[in-house]
Amino acid sequence: MAKAHVSGVRTTKNKVADIVIFALLFLCALVMVFPLVYMLAMSFMQNNQILSGKLTLIPNPWKFGNYARVFAKSSGTAGSFLTGTFNSIKVAVPLLIIGGFTSSLAAFSFAKLRFRGKGVIFMCLLATMMIPFASIMIPQYVMFSKLGWVNTLLPLIIPGCFGNVSMIFFLRQNLSGISDTLVEAAKIDGCGYFKIYYSIFLPLMKGALATQLILWFMGIWNDYLAPTIFLNNSAKYTLQVVIRTFNSYYSINSDYSVIMAASVMAMIPTLLLFFVFQRFIIESIAISGIKG
Amino acid sequence: MAKAIVKEPRRKLSKAARHEELMGLLFVLPPFIGFAVFMLYPICFSMAASLASWNGIGPVFNRMVGFANYIKLFQDERFWKALWNTVFYMIGIPIGMILSIIFAMGMNRNIPGVRILRTMFYVPVVSSLVAVSILWSFVYNYDYGVLNTITKLLFGIKVNWLGDEHIIKPALVLFTVWKGMGSSILLYLAGLQNISRSYYEAADIDGANAWKKFRNITLPLLTPITFYIMVTSIIGGLQLFVEVQVMAPNGGPGYSAATVVFYLYNKAFESSYMSYGCAVAWVLTILILIVTLFQFKFQDRWVQDIS
Repeated sequence: MAKAHVSGVRTTKNKVADIVIFALLFLCALVMVFPLVYMLAMSFMQNNQILSGKLTLIPNPWKFGNYARVFAKSSGTAGSFLTGTFNSIKVAVPLLIIGGFTSSLAAFSFAKLRFRGKGVIFMCLLATMMIPFASIMIPQYVMFSKLGWVNTLLPLIIPGCFGNVSMIFFLRQNLSGISDTLVEAAKIDGCGYFKIYYSIFLPLMKGALATQLILWFMGIWNDYLAPTIFLNNSAKYTLQVVIRTFNSYYSINSDYSVIMAASVMAMIPTLLLFFVFQRFIIESIAISGIKG
Repeated sequence: MAKAIVKEPRRKLSKAARHEELMGLLFVLPPFIGFAVFMLYPICFSMAASLASWNGIGPVFNRMVGFANYIKLFQDERFWKALWNTVFYMIGIPIGMILSIIFAMGMNRNIPGVRILRTMFYVPVVSSLVAVSILWSFVYNYDYGVLNTITKLLFGIKVNWLGDEHIIKPALVLFTVWKGMGSSILLYLAGLQNISRSYYEAADIDGANAWKKFRNITLPLLTPITFYIMVTSIIGGLQLFVEVQVMAPNGGPGYSAATVVFYLYNKAFESSYMSYGCAVAWVLTILILIVTLFQFKFQDRWVQDIS
């Protein structure tokens, strides 16, 4: 402020405006994160304190044991936190590896190879982005129950292994910026098409692919509707279904601290990924908005 | 690009070109199979099933009933209620957009710390929907929720956020705005940073005031982003489910919180009215298609072409 006085009226005005705007925005941002901070605080509180109806953010006393209690709760119908976590991982890992491979291969083909019907196939795939899962969940359920896949993790894994449309779309966009001459040169060198993909284009789209995989992981991790339809045995529940049943079971006897501790833990992986890879994630979302 | 000049004869592909064609098709085959098996087939199946009377067991085509399911659906008061609620929740879309533009413009300045703000606004977006819905059902709790603690402190009243049929919908709108605003802010911020300074400088020379600059430069140049947000939020909004399932497991007082997907889920998986559920699913699909195509059709009326 004192400095601004020296550099003239105009900048002073601007600086004051900057400070006021920042302060206002920061206040709004605090309101935004307040519920989450409150959630974190509650996860360390005693139920008495949560139910006291007083506005406090500091746990008194600190109950780190809430987190241990989450792991101890594993009654049959509610599912257990640990199995839920493992089930979610069991879905995510094969899906990301296989789906990432098929998606990037298809994106390479759409961007760099010449074949008839390319446009039509691509449009078909894009159109699927408009079809909500809710519209096809009943036939899918019937189909999977005929295959004996209901109550296994397969319905959550197999469809995605064939490729993820938004990922194909994004990677294709990303590859179209790379010159076609690379393909021609590799062809002259006698490279097969798979090798061109594998040793030239896969390394080139590494960054974009990684970002897309992170975003996809977040989607898989946070998915609720599909798991809740295809799984009705608590031993198979994915994590989101587990914390939802925790909520319905333990809120009856107002055990909110355990619910909050479980929910906090369920959020950690995606939040952690977001904080670490923020720059790439934000960039890729901004691009999808501008180019989409 | 050189291709266009040296035009190959159309009738016969060379051996190399045929090989490329084969490999190209092979590489896109997996997603295409996925599309055919897990999308196209189910959607056709659901069309047929919606015309049958079928509870999920046995062959579908044994008892075809024509449009009976659809007629029953359109006569069900609960369906119309769910549809109305779903439409009501979309108030959150313009509210979120206006707030996002305001916040994005505030953040589009050279102030240190903007990145922290951006992160803070974005955290709800990446948070698990189930977890934050659980959190907010507690925030809205009548007896000891945070919100009522605050309203009691400030105004001496308690509000029955999730228990009153007139308040539950606005309460859920507030939640959806909170959850999704970060991503709109991000998109608008990227859009604002794409607008060339020279437009504003030219406007300064012409003596335009801040409002005129906003109205005639900023807003029009952001229309492609507004369009994108609108299309994706409406498609998403028509599919609202999880937040209702968690915060109002039985659809809220007098079914005042239920959405179309909530209605569909309950009919199909709680009551096993499979063919009836398929009819609901088809109505939903057609609704999404019409609304989306309508938006694309009329986009040239208001969306600026800035490519």
